Amino acid sequence: LSFLECSWRFCGRFKALWMKAALPDFKIRELTENPIGGRIIAAFFPPEKERLDFPSFVRILAHFRPIGKNRSRDRAQPEQANSRTGKLKFAFELYDQDRDGKISREELLQVLRAMLGLQVTEEQLRSIAERAIQEADLDGDGAISFDEFKKSLEKVDMEHKMNIRFLK
Amino acid sequence: MGLHRHAGLWLLVSAMLLCCVSPLKAELKNSQHDSHSNSNITGISIVSFKWEHVKAPYIVAVWVLVCFLCKLVIEANHHVTSIIPESALLICAGFILGGIIWGADHQQTFSLTPVVFFYYLLPPIIVDSGYHMPNKLFFSNLGAILVHAIIGTCWNAATLGLSLWGCQKGGAMGDLDIGLLQYLLFGSLIAAVDPVAVLAVFEQVHVNDVLFILVFGESLLNDGVTVVLFNVFDAFVTLGGAQIDAVEIIKGIISFFVVAFGGSLLGMVFGILMCFLTRCTKNIEIIEPGFIFVVGYLSYLTAEMLSLSAILSCVFCGVCCQKYINANMNENSVKTVKYVMKVLANGSETMIFVFLGISAIDKTIWVWNTGFILLTLLFIFVYRFIGVFLLTWPLNRYRLVPLEFIDQLIMGFGGLRGAVAYGLAVMMDEKKIKEKNLMVSTTLIVVFFTVIIQGILMKPVVTWLKVKRATLHDLTLIEKVQNRVFEHMLVAVEDISGQIGHNYFRDKWKNFEEKWMMWMLMKPSARKTQDHVFSVFHQLNLKDAVEYVTEGERSGSLEFIRNDSVLIDFKKKLGDDMLEAMPDVTADTSEDPPPPLVPGGVTNPVPSVSLEMHEQTMNGLREMEDLNSHHLLQEHLYKGRKQHRHRFSRNHLSINTDEDEVQEIFQRTMRKRLESFKSAKMGMALPKTISKHTKKEQQKTPNGKNRISVDEGFNMTSATLGSHGNTPSLPVSVAGGIENPAFMADLDPVVPLQIPPWLAEAELDSGGVAPSQRAQARPPLTAGDLRRLAPLRISTQSTDSFMMADIPDAEHNQHHYCAALHT
Repeated sequence: LSFLECSWRFCGRFKALWMKAALPDFKIRELTENPIGGRIIAAFFPPEKERLDFPSFVRILAHFRPIGKNRSRDRAQPEQANSRTGKLKFAFELYDQDRDGKISREELLQVLRAMLGLQVTEEQLRSIAERAIQEADLDGDGAISFDEFKKSLEKVDMEHKMNIRFLK
Repeated sequence: MGLHRHAGLWLLVSAMLLCCVSPLKAELKNSQHDSHSNSNITGISIVSFKWEHVKAPYIVAVWVLVCFLCKLVIEANHHVTSIIPESALLICAGFILGGIIWGADHQQTFSLTPVVFFYYLLPPIIVDSGYHMPNKLFFSNLGAILVHAIIGTCWNAATLGLSLWGCQKGGAMGDLDIGLLQYLLFGSLIAAVDPVAVLAVFEQVHVNDVLFILVFGESLLNDGVTVVLFNVFDAFVTLGGAQIDAVEIIKGIISFFVVAFGGSLLGMVFGILMCFLTRCTKNIEIIEPGFIFVVGYLSYLTAEMLSLSAILSCVFCGVCCQKYINANMNENSVKTVKYVMKVLANGSETMIFVFLGISAIDKTIWVWNTGFILLTLLFIFVYRFIGVFLLTWPLNRYRLVPLEFIDQLIMGFGGLRGAVAYGLAVMMDEKKIKEKNLMVSTTLIVVFFTVIIQGILMKPVVTWLKVKRATLHDLTLIEKVQNRVFEHMLVAVEDISGQIGHNYFRDKWKNFEEKWMMWMLMKPSARKTQDHVFSVFHQLNLKDAVEYVTEGERSGSLEFIRNDSVLIDFKKKLGDDMLEAMPDVTADTSEDPPPPLVPGGVTNPVPSVSLEMHEQTMNGLREMEDLNSHHLLQEHLYKGRKQHRHRFSRNHLSINTDEDEVQEIFQRTMRKRLESFKSAKMGMALPKTISKHTKKEQQKTPNGKNRISVDEGFNMTSATLGSHGNTPSLPVSVAGGIENPAFMADLDPVVPLQIPPWLAEAELDSGGVAPSQRAQARPPLTAGDLRRLAPLRISTQSTDSFMMADIPDAEHNQHHYCAALHT
């Protein structure tokens, strides 16, 4: 796994962190202030598991690597974690907590509430959620599937949005 | 095609010019004699020619007019302007005008003097660019911009000066004898990329945002370096070579920091001053824009006075204040500022280029030295490219998204020199620098070369190299939400990994800003509506509302627009709070294209629930819709002159604010609606009144939230439905179909069949739900509420899609809009 090679550089720091992360009550102060902190932590843990091992940790972090240009494509690998699709998948899963492959209105509403809740009323949040779904929902099922999600964000410049410099 | 027509215009212009010039000349000669001619009046003159009195302003005004006329003529033919950039054509126009004047006067009476340029023509452009600077983009790329501005300019200056000096030594320039210091001085003034030229040329090319901000930011920030270098070398030249020692050089370096940072800080101080001013100008909204211009100009002049970098000061003034003043100011003021700044900036730019052209037609300044000129051109070009490549290579290692080779090429190619270099050249002292004229001529040639030739070539080169262009796309909520999620995500990951990165700082700044800056600098009402996602939502609502209204208008259903008597000012009704909130939100257009300025929240038309009720509800509904649509239009669309009852007062431009009328009309309509619904067979009267009362109560209770008309709209419709605040989807789409007579001639027969089940539930729920919902100001729904909501939701969901399928395609727009407005 190529991204592991890069991460060995930060091995020490990461190891300390993933030990913390492996504990179920993972708490970093700033993360508690972060509206979606809980979800991100949850995203690190593979489903149904309480502990996190190092490769999984790195695998998640690999989503944030800048998209490499001349990476030799390993045909066997379906898609790289730090490819555009991989990043979008990660973001999608932040919303889709029940892992049914769709972002329902409630899920979107929860995220919105977490991020905006203090300034906006409930009705407005609902409107926003409804409208957001309206915009993205192409097949009219009232929820956003991964493809619709991808399509709605096709103009967003992922390179700027989901990269952490030190992971280069 | 238009050229023949406009040839006449040209002749007229030149004739006018000659007329102005000749009396001017005559007056110049005879001014001394004529001034006392009034003492021997032989009789009363009915009309007299008072040229002396108006000479100076008249000339200025005529010149401005002439420049604008040139622009008019040039822009008449788009075919030409798409090939040759407008700035090049303006320079050519300047040549022609200069030729005319030269022919008339045999001397160049009008030329671009440094005073006029630096104090009157340049500031508007810089203030405008500072105010409209895309902050986020600017600060993300600030590192690259600074590196290019500082190191790049120094590199350009040094290499150019040294190379030219070397060439002189090598004899390539004939008999020229200029000292090294003078070469360095010349290098420093010609090294700087010029913001005016960059703006003029890049504006039609539309390269991608990052590339543009890099070149443009560099052109603005390098003023700090240019000013310092110019002054330092000027001082060195005066001192003479012998007295330059380490101390002086160190002083030079220190002066750079002082000038650059001092200028920026001064700009920020003025920016903050501006924010405070706009915070307090609630009562004098009519001259709010004036503050912006005056303070911006003062920042420029103050920096100039303190020998700091004036351009930096202006830029940072604009950059710091834009967010807050846009939030604080009345919406009309924001628009005014935007447009007046554009007018001033554009006008100044036009005049600068025309005068550059005119100044060139002057025999006295031209000294030709082929070697010097050609070598300068060559070196400028080559060293620019080398400099860009050299600097971008280490930069790319630290950038998230490296700059591609093609982008770097365009950056190098975009190193345009302009009027600033010319202004500095003319400012040189002839006594100290013998070869001033040579330098001025060379500067002019360089400027013309870059603006005209590089300007013409820019578009083809960009197309040929397939540079990424700027993408303009519609706002979508999901994108905005997702952007926000990304931001939080990045901050979280940075926290997890313990790294302090870019996003960490940005997050910290945001928190700081929210806690302190907004509290200090923004009006309390403006603070509430700062959320970006919400503002996008609001803008999208507005867009929908406008579409709805225009659709209706086209089919003639909103006939009240032509009826002047229905003037409803909802100010009193909705409360000042909301109205302040509304314009402020629309004013926050920092990142998005300006929205159509109509306040959002057109109510969902209330559904009609039975065939018999249809007629009555139609009227009541239409009235309600009319009121709301009219409110939209009244607020922000262009009002017919009849509706403005101007009181002739310089301080107060009041539009119809007749509160009694408002109250009366409102009550009349509400009463009418109540009656129409009381007679409804579904017996929804009871819940309605409950919610109506609670709605009124809620209006009175000061909740800290902004009940913007979006909410009001929902409240009102819900009032008639008796359900809670979230209007179920079904009635909306149905009503959408029924409501607009233009789209649906007859009632959809399927409608009544679908309604009963849902409404039955609504009836059940409404009694319980309505008051409790009303009473809750803002906390999220409790589990109990959710449970109560659930059945409501599901039923409406299912019928909703059914209904959507039924509504004819013709009103697809309508239905989208309606659907979008349900919660």
